[in-house]
This record gives sequence, C-alpha cells and structure tokens, in this order.
Amino acid sequence: MVKIAHKKRKRSLQASLGLHGTLTLAALTSILPALLILLNSFKSDQEIKSASGLNVLPKHWTLSGYHQVLTDNNGEFLVWLRNSVFVALVTMIIGVFLSATAAYVLSRFIFPGRKSVLNFFLVTQMFPAAILLVPIYQILIRFPIFHFSLLDSTPGLLLAYSTIAVPFCTWMLKGFFDGIPKELDEAGALDGLTPYGIFRRIIFPLALPGIAVTCFFTFITAWNEVAFANVVEISPEHYTLPVGLRTYIFQFDQAWQKLSVSAVIVTVPSLIVFLFAQRYLVSGLTRGAVKG
Amino acid sequence: MLRKIKRGYAQWSFAYAMLLPTFIAMLFLVIYPLFQAFKLSFSNADQYNSLNVFVGDSYGYVGFQNYIQILKSQEFHQVFIFTLVWTFVNVFFHYGFGLTFAIMLNREMKFRSAYRLLLLVPWAMPTFISAFAWRFIFNSPYGFLHQFLVEIGIRNPPAFLGSDFWSKVAVIMVNVWLGIPFMIVTLLGGLQNIDAELIEASKLDGANAFQRFKNVTMPGLRAVSATVILLGLIWTFNSFAVIYLVSGGGPGTSTQILSTYAYSEAFDFKQYGAATAWGVIILSMLLVFSSFYRNAVRKSGEETW
Repeated sequence: MVKIAHKKRKRSLQASLGLHGTLTLAALTSILPALLILLNSFKSDQEIKSASGLNVLPKHWTLSGYHQVLTDNNGEFLVWLRNSVFVALVTMIIGVFLSATAAYVLSRFIFPGRKSVLNFFLVTQMFPAAILLVPIYQILIRFPIFHFSLLDSTPGLLLAYSTIAVPFCTWMLKGFFDGIPKELDEAGALDGLTPYGIFRRIIFPLALPGIAVTCFFTFITAWNEVAFANVVEISPEHYTLPVGLRTYIFQFDQAWQKLSVSAVIVTVPSLIVFLFAQRYLVSGLTRGAVKG
Repeated sequence: MLRKIKRGYAQWSFAYAMLLPTFIAMLFLVIYPLFQAFKLSFSNADQYNSLNVFVGDSYGYVGFQNYIQILKSQEFHQVFIFTLVWTFVNVFFHYGFGLTFAIMLNREMKFRSAYRLLLLVPWAMPTFISAFAWRFIFNSPYGFLHQFLVEIGIRNPPAFLGSDFWSKVAVIMVNVWLGIPFMIVTLLGGLQNIDAELIEASKLDGANAFQRFKNVTMPGLRAVSATVILLGLIWTFNSFAVIYLVSGGGPGTSTQILSTYAYSEAFDFKQYGAATAWGVIILSMLLVFSSFYRNAVRKSGEETW
C-alpha cells in the first residue's frame, strides 16, 4: 500500500469537531447493541422488563442469569454451543477440502467448459434459501443412512450446509489462487514438479493465509446460519445457537435475561478473535472475494 | 495462451481429475436438488401428499399453475414491492455511509484505529446476536428506543415491531447497521489503492476537495464499487436472518421479502410446490438483473471479474 505522504495540514477547529463528532456518534451506534446486551446480562428479567424510565445501567447487579443459562434444562445452552461449534468446524473442513483442487484448476488451467463452470459457481451465489431447502429437506427425509434418519440430526445439517459451503469456498479460494503469480508455477514445472506437485508444494503453502481467511468466513457463515438449521433440527438437543436462543424470546414469556447472558457468552470470543484477526481478514477480503 | 493450448489433452485430463471431487459434491448437493426444485415447482406438493416421514409421495404435476397463481396474487405484488424497497434502500445507505466513513478513516487523525475498530463491531458480532439485541431495542414498551424517546419528551412512541410502517423501518435500520462495515472495509481497501501521487498532482493543479473527490477518488473506486454494489444487491435481495429474527416477517406479512415469504410458504404453510416456484422466480429475477448489471458495467469500460 502506498502511504499517503502529504504534509500535515492543520484542520480547522470546526472541521475537526465535525469529523470527531460524526465518528464518535457512529462508533456509539455501532456498539450500542453489544453494550445493552452486556448491561442487561447483569439485570434480572424483572428489571429489564420494567418500563419506568431509561435505565441503562443495572440497579441491582446480579449474576443469576449466568447461573441459569449454564444450568437450566441440563445445560441446554452448552449443548447448543457445542453443536454450533461442531457444525461450523466440520462444515469449514468439508468446504475447503472439497473445493481446494477445483479452485486451483479454475484459477490456473484453461479447458473446455471452464467458463460454464465459473458461471455456474457465480449463479449458486444467487440461490435464495427457499430453492434448495425444500429438495434438501426431501433428501433428508427420503434417504436414511442405515435406517438412521438424517432429518433432525447433525449429519443432516452438515449435508445441508455443504450445499452452501462448497461453492462459496471454491469461489473464494479461486480468488486467492489468482493472486499467486503464475511465474511460480512455471518455475516449479522447470524444476520437474508434476502439476499436482505444483499445487501441493508451491500454491497450497503460499495460499495458506487465503485458505485461513476462507476457513474463517465459512465458519462464520455456518455459525450464523438459521434458515436450514431451523428446518433440519427439530428436537432441542440438536439445536444450534441461533435456533436455540430464538426460543428464549420468540415465546410469550420473553426471557431477556437468559438471552442477554447467552449473547455475552457467544459474543465475547467472537470479538476477541476478530480483534486479533481483523487485519488479515480485511486484507484477505479485499484481495480474495472482492477483487478491485 | 498458445502454449497452454499446446500442452493439450494431458493438461485437460489433469484439470478434470482435479475438478472431480468438487463436481461430485456439487452434483449431489446442488445440481440434483436444483433439478428437484424445478420439478417440484410444477407440482402441487404439500404436506399431505409429499415430504412426509410416514407415507410416500403422491403429488401430481400441475404445469404452470403455481407460477400463474403467484404472479397474479396480491401477496406477490406487496412482497415484491417491499423487497425492492428493502434492497435499494439498504444498499444505498450501506454504500453511502460506507463511503463516508471510509473517506473519513482514510485521513490522518487522532484515534483513527480506535474509530476503525469500533465501526467494524457490527461485522464482528454474530448476526443472530445483533438481531436479538435489536429486537430488544425495538421492544415496546421496555425496549431501549421506546424508553429513550420517552426520556427526550416523546410521549407516545410507536410500537416499532407492531405497526406495518415502523416494523419496515426497523428491519431496514438493523440491516443498514449490519452492512456498513463490509462497505467501509472494501472501500478503504479501494481508497488505499488509489495512487497518492494522483491526489497530490490534482492538488497542485488547484482542484478543491469536491473536485478531487469527483475526478480522482470516485473514478478510482469504480471497479471496487461495481463489485460490492452488485454483491450487496444480491445478498440483500436474498437476505433472510435479519427479517426472520427481528420481525419474523410481521406484523402480518408487512416485513416479508421474497426470500422469507418463500420460506414461510414452505415451512409454515407446507406448500412445497408453490414455495419452490417462489424460489425459481426469485432466482430468475436475480439472474436477469445481474446479467443486465454486468453488461452495463462492462459497457462503461470497467473490467469486472
């Protein structure tokens, strides 16, 4: 990146106030939901639901919500957390493994049918949830594996998520492979590497940062997914976090305290990971998925 | 290029071999279900004659009946119009705010990295958590916004998720909030790729800030903008989680967009045939739109992907 090297110009006081004022307001708005959730997690349900004036800070700090969330219904929250982590991790691994070789080929080789394959992958990015959901649901019902129904099971959800993850990873990895100079392939070929050797020993290691970014986004996509999860998983012990937490508040007696506590437990690790990884994610995103 | 072709068949067979794992996965996971979806869209499949754990399928084919019914229906027009409003208003604000903040953050100033980090928080939070938090903010009467408005003297704030109009405003607000960081990040990337010398040169030529923006910055951002706006339009048109988790499409169907409506047609009303027809209609709209868009971008002389 070219560092902009203009002379330091003094900004007028007014301009400076405007700039910092706007950015402060924007920053406040962007953290408001997180802040409210954090503060609500220390309030009782009763206090959260009292409509008597704007009370952002807890009047009576309590940790009872944390106790409830971790122990209620045999710790169902922890089960959902485990399901979510497992499903997102495995989806990520399946996605990257099933797409890496194709992404490499699409980035490096010109062969009959390449254009249509690329176009098809582009079209998959436009699929609305409803179009694959019904047939996938049908498959899950109709094809039990060893009399073990895929509907309402974790493997069933993994199958459903692969329909999103494989094309997504192919598209994204291709972007990263495109960014590795072709001269390196040629140098490898001169050194006697087979085409597969070039992929294994040169391209794959060099693309590792890009692969990491792809893994991250695949993980996040699966982690946040709600349309498939809501249909595939029927019994509470198979819920993922979005489906489970939704039950806390989409019922008559909205359990905001429990929701807020769960939200904090889920959000804190996300924010920490993001804080450390953001530089790579940002540069990866601008180079990979969105080529300028 | 020529050399590539000369290497010939050995290369092609290697390419196809490498494509095989992905191809097989796509065949089972995407192509076959897609084919099934097309088939179902011409059927009268519903909960009584299909997709039932206990009895076999017995649905029949009804030709274009689903499509005709949908395109003629009141719901389709209402939902379609809100989908357009939802998509364009969202992307307009995403891009507008994103560009504004990206330009602000691209200058030297105090607390720059702190601002940058804080502005990216909506992107870092899990989407469903944000959606739930906003559902709290919009709650009536104990939500934050209601109490805040009372505090500053507005006696009777509307029930944001209870009225047709305000629930539309609410879901759009949440989605705008959610989508700005992506635009900031990509546009900042684009801004940093603009040659600093170009800006210096235009300064020396006496261009004022607005002229520099119009004649140097915006043309420099054209390629990035074309891509992120198209992606934004597609994602927003198809988005699901925010509406489903914040308003649930309600009250009534006032905040349904095409993709959430199709979903509810399938899994609330169990009209599988009609739901897949909705899906096919949505996909066709996106295909037509994006090919027009790409042509327009290409005509204006910009290389896309």
